[in-house]
Amino acid sequence: MRLINRTPGRLTATALGVLPFIILLLIYGAASQQRLADNPNDKLLPGLEQMTAAVDRMAFQEDRRSGDYLMWVDTLASLERLGMGVGVAALMALVVGLANGVLPLVRANLAPLVSALSMVPPLAILPILFIVFGLGELSKVMLIVIGTAPIMMRDVAQRVSELPGEQLIKIQTLGANSWQVVTRMALPQVLPRLIDAVRLSLGPAWLFLIAAEAIASTEGLGYRIFLVRRYLAMDVILPYVIWITLLAIVIDQCLRLANRRLFPWYNAGGH
Amino acid sequence: MSFISVNKLWKEYGDQVVLENLNLEVEQGEFCTLVGASGCGKSTFLKMLLGQEVQTRGELLLEGDTFPAEPDRNRGIVFQRYSVFPHLTVRQNVLMGLELEQKPILGKLFGSARAEALEKVDDMLELVGLGPSANKWPHELSGGMQQRLAIAQSLIMRPRVLLLDEPFGALDPGIRKDMHELLLRLWREIGITIFMVTHDLHEGFYLGTRLLVFDKLRNDPHAPNAYGATITYDLPIGQTDEHLLRDIDQSVTNTARNQAA
Repeated sequence: MRLINRTPGRLTATALGVLPFIILLLIYGAASQQRLADNPNDKLLPGLEQMTAAVDRMAFQEDRRSGDYLMWVDTLASLERLGMGVGVAALMALVVGLANGVLPLVRANLAPLVSALSMVPPLAILPILFIVFGLGELSKVMLIVIGTAPIMMRDVAQRVSELPGEQLIKIQTLGANSWQVVTRMALPQVLPRLIDAVRLSLGPAWLFLIAAEAIASTEGLGYRIFLVRRYLAMDVILPYVIWITLLAIVIDQCLRLANRRLFPWYNAGGH
Repeated sequence: MSFISVNKLWKEYGDQVVLENLNLEVEQGEFCTLVGASGCGKSTFLKMLLGQEVQTRGELLLEGDTFPAEPDRNRGIVFQRYSVFPHLTVRQNVLMGLELEQKPILGKLFGSARAEALEKVDDMLELVGLGPSANKWPHELSGGMQQRLAIAQSLIMRPRVLLLDEPFGALDPGIRKDMHELLLRLWREIGITIFMVTHDLHEGFYLGTRLLVFDKLRNDPHAPNAYGATITYDLPIGQTDEHLLRDIDQSVTNTARNQAA
């Protein structure tokens, strides 16, 4: 049988999927054990013991200096920035994307600007953001907004223009004015697609968040990683990276489920 | 004065002539079927009736006034596909027009106004045989049911003209027959003016009161776009026979071949 026609069963598929994780863990474990055997104070590849101790120290004990539980403070600060940034970006994407998608006059006016803006590398204007908005929360949120909004705007406009032209004519024959075309036809059909766009934008959003936190911040997951880097504290960095990855997965899955729940017609092939 | 009158109508795209010198008078309540080879302008003519296209020359009048240049609630349309809204249930799809009409800003009805409108909606769904499916999503409906829904959605607005663009082209022959009966019944009950484009000559012969054949009188094999189509036969249905059907079929097929060559 040809390779392309050989499909794994359920059990095999799960096993195949888990395998790379196990191999990675094994390789890491072996390397870490070897280094620790040579030098018990090795910092580069900490073992499970050191990492658990670090997580315990960061997440479940008060910091001696500030009295905070640092990992939770970091998580909360980062999620707040991420949520604000992506939320504002999604809202802007919805408004501009809908206007661009539905109204030819606005499209002629704004689409070139949005295209140009989406090509600006956001990290290149990070210094400008720090100068303009200061080193506070605003500049970090703005970086996420500027980094993700233009691409989402283009995506939303694209999705609107992909709606069948027949629908646009049909709703006009039902007497709709331009506003109603937006609110009753384009907006409800574009919402689930916006959630998909947000899911795709979360990767870049995390990137911008951590970059901004690394440069100017006093708390946050990215800030902590870059802070403890000075002491080669891999026992903190690695759990933080795993924690960030877990957060990203959970957020992504929540959005996926929300999409399914809120828009049953969308996921059943009704579009 | 006729309900719809077409005087010396031309439609050109650049140097491609689609329709030439079209003349037609249609009375209120007529059911016209438009047949012809593809590329002979029957869909273009329908789009002009809809307000999606504007003629290059000539007049297109509705009760003596020029047709509005954009689609409006007086002219309902059913396309071959994508005529219904996938994000609304069957009931909501039909309710949409009433909501849009009564609530220009919110676009939604609430409370007793909604209940009243829903009564009309349910009557309409009953009329097209979609009563049991009222709360389904369009993607749960078969192709024929979706077209019933599209028709109901248009008819609830009581448009002056109903335009059908190959509405049954994607349906199975059996379902198509059911749809023909439904359409004729609705037309008799509501007494609306209907224009239906079809590429199925038999469908055109069977349905409606009047058959309009769009065809090219002149064909230049070296410049297939040089001459446009016009109405070559304008027949009241009931006076047609098999012999005539064969003649028309022959002529339309010839044109189709020339177009393709």
